[in-house]
Amino acid sequence: MGRVVLDDAAIRRALVRIAHEVVERNEDVARLYLVAIPNGGVPLARQLAANLLEIAGHELPVGVLDTTLYRDDLTRRGERPPLRRTEMPSAVDEKIVVLVDDVASTGRTIRAAMDALMDFGRPRAVQVVALVDRGHRELPIRIDYVGKNVPTAASEKIVLHGHRGTLEPPLEVRVEAREQG
Amino acid sequence: MIGRDLLGIEDFDRADLERILETAAHMQEVGLREVKRVPTLRGRTIINLFFESSTRTRTSFEIAGKRLSADVINFSAESSSLSKSESILDTARTLDAMAPDAVIVRHKVAGVPKRIADALDAPVINAGDGAHEHPTQALLDLFTVLQEKGRIDGLTVAIVGDITHSRVARSNIYGFTKLGADVRVAGPPTLLPPAVESLGVKAFTSLREAIEGADVVMALRIQSERLQGAYVPSVREYSAMWGLDRAKLRYAREDAIVMHPGPINRGVEIAHDLADRRPSVILEQVRNGVAVRMAVLYLLAGRAQAGQEGAR
Repeated sequence: MGRVVLDDAAIRRALVRIAHEVVERNEDVARLYLVAIPNGGVPLARQLAANLLEIAGHELPVGVLDTTLYRDDLTRRGERPPLRRTEMPSAVDEKIVVLVDDVASTGRTIRAAMDALMDFGRPRAVQVVALVDRGHRELPIRIDYVGKNVPTAASEKIVLHGHRGTLEPPLEVRVEAREQG
Repeated sequence: MIGRDLLGIEDFDRADLERILETAAHMQEVGLREVKRVPTLRGRTIINLFFESSTRTRTSFEIAGKRLSADVINFSAESSSLSKSESILDTARTLDAMAPDAVIVRHKVAGVPKRIADALDAPVINAGDGAHEHPTQALLDLFTVLQEKGRIDGLTVAIVGDITHSRVARSNIYGFTKLGADVRVAGPPTLLPPAVESLGVKAFTSLREAIEGADVVMALRIQSERLQGAYVPSVREYSAMWGLDRAKLRYAREDAIVMHPGPINRGVEIAHDLADRRPSVILEQVRNGVAVRMAVLYLLAGRAQAGQEGAR
């Protein structure tokens, strides 16, 4: 069903490469703060933190930031979406915050995440990681670190498979057809 | 299914209650942030329509709405002429013309929030109606017990006092039984409704028997006019028989918590030194009230009506 765009090995390689790019771009590694957007961003951020520990020798804080209360479509929907946990273990002031999401698309989630982040303090800079960038941007938002660019049609969706509900990164990323309706 | 309004816990099933409590847990985290405000209900209007005075519940709803960035308007109506249904509905229509996104109603007559809900487009949240229900109080009580005990299923909860006239008791009976607790009610026989056991609880006329082995003991506020002869001979008698103190609490479980919906009559239904310290969780209840009301407003206020849902 669908086509595989990233397999297990490719996902792991992408996360190693992104960790190297993060270090290359930010001399002051100790200032980095990884903030995952749940649910998909959480295992990716943890894996990136492990990779950064190996590469740069710094144990970085990993936060989780739910963006639901900051969404721009809440009053256009009949049912309110369930909230997810937010856990910000350290202050964001003067930190270089790296937001980590699984799939980037319209940019609206990243916009919401930035607004939420600002309510926790004033970071020195905000950068964004996405394992997959599928395009269809609706806001002027750039993804700084991309695992893989996957151009998609609106009729397609990106699906992450494997290790659901665990802290391991996904095993596989596929492009699948959206159900009709 | 959580519908348009919140009129009573009786209308909810277990899944609805769990969804509200889960949402409240996340809202509690917002209250711990430095900026205790999220933009969720920005540009939405919530009206507090209180026909019966209540500083605590009204303030709690007001803070909850403001933490979600809604504009909260307090509309207190003098209750004297408003037992006439005409004027209640007139008030409701006036409010409706102002296009609120939620209306929170308290009234001394049971059923008024329902009447208003039938007349309004906006969701209506019952903040206490007569001796009928006070659903957000029960939700915050459930939430507090969940936080203190980690579960509700299988707990023994004893509700003590004026059961007959208490909307808090009624909402809590529905809430705790739906979530699997064993509920006992106790009070002077004059203040126990005759058919109360049909609600799935056990009734007691002895405090000791009622709280024996209980995990949660909840004292209810007794109105002073009920302590003047018709129901109970005297305040002293009530307090001696039914007032909670540390000595009586020995019969409950060692780790039992004590709750009270407030405002408390010190020395009547609860002893001074018990009200102020553990195992009493009265101030936790107040604190949790804001998180629970945020959850309710999040789930109900300003949603798109059927037919005007935006595309996603």
